[in-house]
Amino acid sequence: MTEHAGWFAGIDPEDAEAAADRVRGGAADSPADWPALAVDEGFADDDAEYYERLHDATMAAARAAVHEAERADDKQLIHAVRSMDDCERTANELAERVAEWAGTRFDDAGTGVDYARELADRDEEPADPSETRLVALAERTAALADEADELRSYVEETTPSVAPNLAAMAGPVLAARLISLSSGLDSLAKQPSSTVQVLGAEDALFAHLRGSAPSPKHGVIFTHEYVRGTRPEERGSAARALAGKLTIAARVDHYSGERKPDLDAQLDERIATIRGNNGDAGAGDDDTAANSGGDDS
Amino acid sequence: MSDLPGGVERRAFDGSERLATRGKPHYGEPTDGGWRAWDPDRSKLGAMLELGMDTGLAGGETVLYLGAASGTTASHVADFAGPTYGVEFAARPLRDLLDAAESRGNLFPLLKDARKPETYAHVVEPVDAIVQDVATRGQATVATANAEFLRDDGRLLLAIKARSEDVTRDPADVFDDALDDLESAYEVLETERLTPHHDDHLGVVATPR
Repeated sequence: MTEHAGWFAGIDPEDAEAAADRVRGGAADSPADWPALAVDEGFADDDAEYYERLHDATMAAARAAVHEAERADDKQLIHAVRSMDDCERTANELAERVAEWAGTRFDDAGTGVDYARELADRDEEPADPSETRLVALAERTAALADEADELRSYVEETTPSVAPNLAAMAGPVLAARLISLSSGLDSLAKQPSSTVQVLGAEDALFAHLRGSAPSPKHGVIFTHEYVRGTRPEERGSAARALAGKLTIAARVDHYSGERKPDLDAQLDERIATIRGNNGDAGAGDDDTAANSGGDDS
Repeated sequence: MSDLPGGVERRAFDGSERLATRGKPHYGEPTDGGWRAWDPDRSKLGAMLELGMDTGLAGGETVLYLGAASGTTASHVADFAGPTYGVEFAARPLRDLLDAAESRGNLFPLLKDARKPETYAHVVEPVDAIVQDVATRGQATVATANAEFLRDDGRLLLAIKARSEDVTRDPADVFDDALDDLESAYEVLETERLTPHHDDHLGVVATPR
């Protein structure tokens, strides 16, 4: 038989795994009448059997590829950080509802998730059915806030193993957000630093591109102490410097995975220069600075 | 108004006439005795048919579908066409496409990059129609790169999304450029804006040069 690059070339028709591998990894310079070739070569008795085998092979290949892609750790991290945000946001919304409701019943009603927790932990028997519902809602709210905390711990534990340099420099939660916003560490590693600088500020960016607004100076990296803790006049420079180093950190994490503490030190130095006071002790204590081996504070 | 492909009919759902194909429901669309409504607001090809564009589809043809995504449109195509190769680049939507392909023996899902036809030329045979709906920059380039799959009398059914090329430019300019780029491999037979079903999209029917 003639040599060709068809997916079934030299494959035992019964060997589904080999066929799936070939569908995934194979290549050809140009298409050909594969069904006819397959029948000629005895890979299938007729077109119907060929298509049946093709269906099995493409389904198996696609399933394996989907499975691999979805099990990658950075994808798990993305789900975790998005769930964390969802839980926090929903808990806050419900806490507002609880506060509204409680305000109609108790003189000492407070606000926020803390108050919902307080109400949920109350020992007193509910006075009537509506109070029962109110307390139950407060319990749900507290449970949701707990889950948000659990998810945050998970993100803090997991990010350093997925992206060690990025997690060290940005803090695990911000690192996970950046990965989430660009849908994966691999795509984050391919972004230019100017994109990383405004990730999370897409609305402002597109308003700017349409010509109706100034360019955004920073997106989600604003939560980093190096941006937020810098004087407003210097924040653009700080955001640019931070985004530059974060981009390099993401690339090192994606392509080598090795921890490079030098990167943190270079960033610390650069930020100190921008702030114009090399002795700055960095007053911030937010979570974004956590886990930083080369932190200057 | 041109004829609908065999296997596609206008049928009444809740009192209004809608396009429909026969097959297992895939995305919660209304059904009626084995027929399922094809929503032109969720499908570029559905909109092209709804607007009466001459797609040249008769039913039963071999199709290469570029940008199959979660299979909303691809499932309808597989209902009325013959062997349908569904190329999708992203893993997440492909998961949903797998559900549609499960019950459709003629729908072959491929996790491939439509900008790299050599990575699936070993699987895909020459086809009668290419349906393309990819939201990436360089949509015309994707179409020309895949022209080698199309038989001489085949049809390219392309939906160009202006915002994928450049959000800041006037869609009309984006479409002009894309049509210019298509000229190298295709002769454009018909174009039509897909409003009101899809904003800033141009439906294109073309045939290989």
